Amino acid sequence: MSLVNIKIEGVPYQVESGLTILEAAKRCGYDIPSLCTFNHGECNIGSCRVCLVEATGARGLVASCVYPVNEGMEIRISSPKAVEARRKSVELLLSNHNQNCQQCEKNGKCELLHVATLTGAREGAFQGVHSETHLDVLAPGLVRDTSKCILCGRCIARCSNAHGLGILGFENRGFKTFVSPAENRSFNESPCIQCGQCVNVCPTGALMEHSEIYKVDEALKNGKHVVVQAAPAVRAALGEEFGYPIGTPVTGKMIAALRRLGFERVYDVNFGADLTIMEEGTELLNRMKNGGVLPMITSCSPGWVNYAEYNYGDLLPHLSSCKSPHQMQGAVIKSYWAQQNGLDPKDVFVVSVMPCIAKKFEKQRDQMEVNGIRDVDAVITTRELAKMIKRSGINFTRLPDEEWDNDIMGDYSGAGVIFGVTGGVMEAALRTVYYVLTGKEKDRITFEEVRGHDAGIREASIDINGTVVNVAIASGMKSAKVLLDEIREGKSKYQFIEIMGCPGGCINGGGQPYVKPCFLPNEDIDILDTYKEKRAKALYSEDERQVIRQSHNNPQIKELYEKYLGEPNSHKAHELLHTTYAAREGFRPLK
Amino acid sequence: MAKLSENAVLKINEICDRYTDEKTPLMMILSDIQNEYGYIPLEVQELVSKKTGISVAEIYGVVTFYSFFSLLPKGKYIIGCCLGTACYVKGAQQIIDKFSELLGIKPGETTEDGLFTLDALRCIGACGIAPAVSISGQVYPKVSVEKVPHILKELREKEGAAQ
Repeated sequence: MSLVNIKIEGVPYQVESGLTILEAAKRCGYDIPSLCTFNHGECNIGSCRVCLVEATGARGLVASCVYPVNEGMEIRISSPKAVEARRKSVELLLSNHNQNCQQCEKNGKCELLHVATLTGAREGAFQGVHSETHLDVLAPGLVRDTSKCILCGRCIARCSNAHGLGILGFENRGFKTFVSPAENRSFNESPCIQCGQCVNVCPTGALMEHSEIYKVDEALKNGKHVVVQAAPAVRAALGEEFGYPIGTPVTGKMIAALRRLGFERVYDVNFGADLTIMEEGTELLNRMKNGGVLPMITSCSPGWVNYAEYNYGDLLPHLSSCKSPHQMQGAVIKSYWAQQNGLDPKDVFVVSVMPCIAKKFEKQRDQMEVNGIRDVDAVITTRELAKMIKRSGINFTRLPDEEWDNDIMGDYSGAGVIFGVTGGVMEAALRTVYYVLTGKEKDRITFEEVRGHDAGIREASIDINGTVVNVAIASGMKSAKVLLDEIREGKSKYQFIEIMGCPGGCINGGGQPYVKPCFLPNEDIDILDTYKEKRAKALYSEDERQVIRQSHNNPQIKELYEKYLGEPNSHKAHELLHTTYAAREGFRPLK
Repeated sequence: MAKLSENAVLKINEICDRYTDEKTPLMMILSDIQNEYGYIPLEVQELVSKKTGISVAEIYGVVTFYSFFSLLPKGKYIIGCCLGTACYVKGAQQIIDKFSELLGIKPGETTEDGLFTLDALRCIGACGIAPAVSISGQVYPKVSVEKVPHILKELREKEGAAQ
C-alpha cells in the first residue's frame, strides 16, 4: 500500500493512494457534505455534485466522491467558492424536488434535507419547470414516487450488487430522465422480488415501503381481536430507531411497547419458526428417505420465493412446501388459538412485524389462506413499528422489559431466534434433524460452520451417525444463482440449501432501520461494514441465553401436535402450514 | 412477453453472437437490431438481456436514451423534417406542423395505417437547399408549406399503384 502526501485546509496528511478525496478526508477527520455516493463507492456516478471541493491540479471544482487524491494535492473544503458551489448544487436539486417534507414519510431520515440544512440551501433559490413525475403504488411491498427522486443511482447499484438483478434503471434522457423498471412498469408488473434493498439505500422518499399502519389502525378501531407477532430480526434492530447502538437487542422493551399500542396478544414468530423446523425437518428427512426431490431448498424468505418463481420455474419442486414462519403462525392463530379462546376467526386480525417488505407481498398471495380465512391480515416493518411507537408518545428507552404472552404459543427455542440471520434456518434444522436421526441431542448444540453474516455462499458436510448431509447457504440472489445453476446442470452435491433474499439474511431486510452514517454520528466510522455482524450477534446471544435451544424441545410445540395437528406433515399440518408455488412471467403483457 | 417468431429469435441470437468478443457490445447489438427490424420492443430486449447478461432496465435505458433507437415499429415512409438552424430560419417549423396536421400525428409518431412516421431531425447537412425534408432516403429540397399536401399525395398514389 503506497501513501501520498496531501494537504487539507493547509494541514499536511498522509493517506493511501487510490482513495477518493471524500474517503481520504473522512480518515483525516472531515465529513465533506455528500449525497449520492454510498458505501465506499457502491454507488459512484458522481451525479449530485453536492460534495464539490477545490483541489490543486484539477480544472475547476471536483466531485470529491469520485476524484482520487494524488501526491502533493492541496484540498480546500471550506473555501468560499466550494461552500457556495455545494449550496447551489443542493438548491438546484431542490428546485426539481417535491418539497412536501412535512407529509413525507421519509421526514427525519431524508439525506437531501440533511445536506440542505448542512449547506444552508435557501428556499426557492432556483425556480422553474418541474419534470414530469411518476407514482407506482400497485405493488404491495414498495412505492416509487419519482417526484422525490434525485437520480443518484444508489437503488440501481444496490439491486444489481445484491441480486445481480438490475430491475431499476434510468429511463429517457436529460430533463425527462427518471428511475424505474423497464417500460416505466410497476414493480408488480416486472420481475422485481420486492425485497426492498433499494428502499434501504434511497436517500429521499422516492422509494418507500408500502405502509400498512392504516390497516392496523382500522382493525384496532373496529374492535377486532388484534394479535401481533414479531419476527426474530426485529428485536435486533428496533432499538436503533430509539438511539441504541446497532446490535442492541431490545426484546423486552419491544414487547412492552406492543402491549401499550393496544394489541390483545403479543407473540413471538419464533414459535412459528420452531413449527417450521418441525415441518421442514420432517419434509427433508422424508425426501432423503423416499427418494424425493433433492436438494431441498428453504422457503422462509418471500423475496427468494419471488425470485424462484420468476427465474427458476423448473426448480420449484426443490422448494420446501412449508409456509414461512409468520404465515404458519398466522394460520395457527386463526384456527387453534381462536378455537381455544372461543373466537370466530373472522373477528381475529393478525399483524406481523417484519424486517421485510416482501412479506407484505407474501401475505396477499392467493395461497396464503385456509378455507377463505387469510393467515395474516397486515404486515408492518420494523421502521413502521418504530413510527407507531413514536406517534403514541411511548418513551421507548424508559419502558420496562416485559415477557411474551405465554398461553398456548409463547414458548420458543433458541433455534427459532437465529432464523433472522443467514445460516440460521439451516442450523436450527440441523439441530432437530440430528435428534431425529440419532434419537439423542448433539453434545455441542451449535453448528458454527454454517454461520455468517454476509452475502456469499457457505457450505458444510455434516456427518450424523453415518448419514452425511451436504448443505449450502446463500443470501442475496447473486449468490443463490450460482447454487441454482448447479442444480439445473445436475451438478449440485447438496441435500439441503438455505436461501435468504437479502444479503446477510433478515437482519439486513428491506424493512429494517436505515443505516445511514450521516444520521449515526456515534457509530464507528466503518459501520456500513459491520452493522450486519452486530445485528447477527444480537440474535446469537439471545439463542445462547435460551434454556431450550432445539425446536423439537419446545413444550408448546409438542402440545400443539398432540392436541391439534397430530404429527409433522400430517394431513392437518398440510392444510394449515404448507403451500404451493407457480412459475410467473416477469414482464407479463400489460392489459 | 409476446412470443417472438422462431426466426426472429434465431436472428437476434445471431446478432448477439457477432459481438461476443466486445467488452461493451450493447450499442452494436442494438444498432444491428434497429437496422434489421426498424424497432426494438421489450421482448427483444429481454432476449438480448438473456444472451448478454445485461439487465433489461439498462438496455431499456439505452434504447430510450438515444433517439436513433425506437420502441415501436416505424412507418413505411419516414418523413424526416430537418429543424437545423438553416432550415429552421427558412420556416421548417411550419412545414413539420403542416405534416403533423395533415397526418394527424405528432413528431415521433406513426400513422395508424403504418404508412408514415414523422420525425424531427437536426441538421442533415443540406443547408443549401433549406428547408429540406428527407423521406426514406430521398431528399426534397426547398419545401414550402404549399408543397406538403402534394408530397403526401404523391406518396399515397405511389403506394396505391404498388398495390
